[in-house]
Amino acid sequence: MASNAAVPFWRAAGMTYITYSNICANLVRNCLKEPYKTEALSREKVHFSISKWTDGKPEKPTLRSDSPEE
Amino acid sequence: MLRRASMLLACRSILAARARPFSTDLPAAPSADATFTEAWTKVIPNMDPPKTPLSFMQPRPPTPSSIPSKLTVNFVLPYASELATKEVDMVIVPATTGQMGVLPGHVATIAELKPGVLSVHEGSEMTKYFVSSGFVFIHANSFADIIAVEAVPLDRLDVNLVQKGLAEFTSKLSSATTDLEKAEAQIGIDVHSALNSALTG
Repeated sequence: MASNAAVPFWRAAGMTYITYSNICANLVRNCLKEPYKTEALSREKVHFSISKWTDGKPEKPTLRSDSPEE
Repeated sequence: MLRRASMLLACRSILAARARPFSTDLPAAPSADATFTEAWTKVIPNMDPPKTPLSFMQPRPPTPSSIPSKLTVNFVLPYASELATKEVDMVIVPATTGQMGVLPGHVATIAELKPGVLSVHEGSEMTKYFVSSGFVFIHANSFADIIAVEAVPLDRLDVNLVQKGLAEFTSKLSSATTDLEKAEAQIGIDVHSALNSALTG
């Protein structure tokens, strides 16, 4: 069969559907009126700790508390 | 010779269609495995057999033979369930192929949603939500599952922020260099113009 039909512009630019969907959701949340906007942004905050492993041992973990990125 | 070939093709396709039912017409899955429960009661007659996840789930309602009068809608977000098995007359969803009206008896469809307005029509009332993106699964038994990442009632949106965003992304598009930046700016424009037309239209 021929290759897939015209891909959406975001996939042609190398973005995945999840990235696209999260960007759309963030843009909508940024356009909310005040009490709802702070609720929504605080609901979507993430906190996580990452540790890289070398030679089978974890290094010191770094705590990241990013507001959700794309 | 050609006539026989076309007849054979027609016969084969009819036979194949009859032999393999559509997946949308599957019967409801059984909620408990009969062989397991029998084997359990033989070995341990005093204890009840453990419940499996399947027994907690509600079985899929079968496809009725006549078109039902109401559409059952499940509208869910990652953090909340907006509508749970609500019976409505019609929903209009913003599919990527355009606004799609879903009535009871709609053909089974899977559609990707684009940023736009979702309206739920029940009797004489209509509730509108702005959906950021998601999917809608319409089943043959007139159940519609709408899943969205973010959906807000229109009165929670701020017109000024929307217009500011639109202007900002339009300027970003003209100053974008890489493909990725252009795509992001384009997404921004799409979302904000959909928001704009939802608020003004």
